[in-house]
Amino acid sequence: MTISREDIEKVAVLARIRVDDGQVSALEKDLGNILDLVDQLSVADTDSVEPMAHPLNAVQRLRPDEVTETNQREAFQAIAPATENGLYLVPRVIE
Amino acid sequence: MHNKSVAELSRELESGKISSVELTREYLGRLKKEDEQLNSFISITEDQALADAHAADEQRAAGKGTRWTGVPFAHKDIFCTNGVATTCGSKMLANFVPPYDATVTENFRKAGAVCLGKTNMDEFAMGSSTESSHFGATTNPWGLSKGEKRVPGGSSGGSAAAVAARLVPAATATDTGGSIRQPAALCGVTGLKPTYGRVSRYGMIAFASSLDQGGAMARSAEDAALMLNVMAGFDPKDSTSIDREVPDYTATLDEPLKGLRIGLPKEYFADNLSAAMEEQVRGAIREYEKLGATVKEISLPHANLAIAAYYVIAPAEASANLSRFDGARYGYRCEDPKDLMDMYTRTRAEGFGAEVKRRILVGTYALSAGYFDAYYLKAQKVRRLIQQDFIEAFREVDVLMSPTTPSPAFVQGEKSNDPVTMYLEDVFTVAINLAGIPAMSVPAGFVDGLPVGLQIIGDYFSEARLLNAAHQFQQVTDWHQRAPQ
Repeated sequence: MTISREDIEKVAVLARIRVDDGQVSALEKDLGNILDLVDQLSVADTDSVEPMAHPLNAVQRLRPDEVTETNQREAFQAIAPATENGLYLVPRVIE
Repeated sequence: MHNKSVAELSRELESGKISSVELTREYLGRLKKEDEQLNSFISITEDQALADAHAADEQRAAGKGTRWTGVPFAHKDIFCTNGVATTCGSKMLANFVPPYDATVTENFRKAGAVCLGKTNMDEFAMGSSTESSHFGATTNPWGLSKGEKRVPGGSSGGSAAAVAARLVPAATATDTGGSIRQPAALCGVTGLKPTYGRVSRYGMIAFASSLDQGGAMARSAEDAALMLNVMAGFDPKDSTSIDREVPDYTATLDEPLKGLRIGLPKEYFADNLSAAMEEQVRGAIREYEKLGATVKEISLPHANLAIAAYYVIAPAEASANLSRFDGARYGYRCEDPKDLMDMYTRTRAEGFGAEVKRRILVGTYALSAGYFDAYYLKAQKVRRLIQQDFIEAFREVDVLMSPTTPSPAFVQGEKSNDPVTMYLEDVFTVAINLAGIPAMSVPAGFVDGLPVGLQIIGDYFSEARLLNAAHQFQQVTDWHQRAPQ
């Protein structure tokens, strides 16, 4: 299966990964080969098969709606790239 | 001393024949001397290890020791360790020092074990050769004496190489599509992937959440049982953890195998297996027959679709899990981003390696509008068919046996430029993760001087039976005792 340059550029935007022009050709080949591999799935007759999301058919376990976590903001922000006044600093979004 | 098993070291610590500090110093010395050519560790935590060893000796002196008190081991660098860098083999997390412990880490800490450091791995556990680590490739200790640089398998290649080279008696590992069993096979050690949900995933950096499972890498099945005794159990902090009683996995190791029904999946003994590999595996199965087991051929009709299903589901889940690495709260951030989108896209382009980016892109594509049904939904349906094959098989037999890998350890660089060829390294292991059942790899011979693994596959929560079968095999063979020169 072929995957087009446009597809790769679109997916890269969705995945939030910058892909340079020089990388697109290699990705076209690699992703095309991977999609060829996964296209083998089309031979399976799955019309009456339930999709399997969990090997043990477990359902999402819920817990009481109670606060149990303590505030660890300082510990978490100590490993952040940039913080100020207890907030995470990121580049300006609105001019 | 470094040739002793966890069980033997535990007994010697208990008898006072050696102290944990002496033992830890010996392993640290060995590690610093020998690991230069293997690169099996990303970090060595010498000061913390010696402090823990002192504490363990005091605990033993006070009569409060467990089987693990004072025993050295290592963690795969995917398990969060409070105050110790946890990189997952990635530039993205090269500066990440977690403020908390994974449940597995905490369990070993509570048991008194002494962690010597964190082992190397494929970046975010994506790989079958431990060549994609940001911290350089790990080399398989087998082959080094002939001047060959071979891969240790992946992604837990650091743990496997370290155990094989006797740099640690045991190490934790994780398995998403074969990442415990495949490196165990290529390095000639024993690797156990438990049932999905048996070991907590809390604090284990997620790759594919419905497939990832923590497990054990050790020299013997007995040591793997000792590890699983520490690792297994329900964890309320992990919503995928299973609340089910945990047996003592060492209690049934000595049970005889007479009457054990072994199934050989015919699809795993097909064209892609070399004659030399098949001969070794069939030789191991004959040992089981001598121990009283019966053997029959069975079929897993959808086995040939496992790789295809896996390479939709795993990248799809990876694309979601790895979206958290955006440079905002922790980990790598690119220099001088001009706006938020620039920060996200450049951080992720610079922080992730080639294989991780490939899988994120494939996963994003498979989940995107117009392709979801054709890829992701289809793969989840095929996954059900694969699971049903195993359920059917376990109606007829107690365990399944197969080769763990199609070939012995390959030379570094041989497959790293061809993702699809690399993916086929896990052809005998991925179906087990899709079904969520447990499996082991045990050393079962050599081809061209390189180790061969026998894969033993069991029904859900049959870890005790697998360990028993592996232990009995190791009582009548010495493949697991062989060490690289």
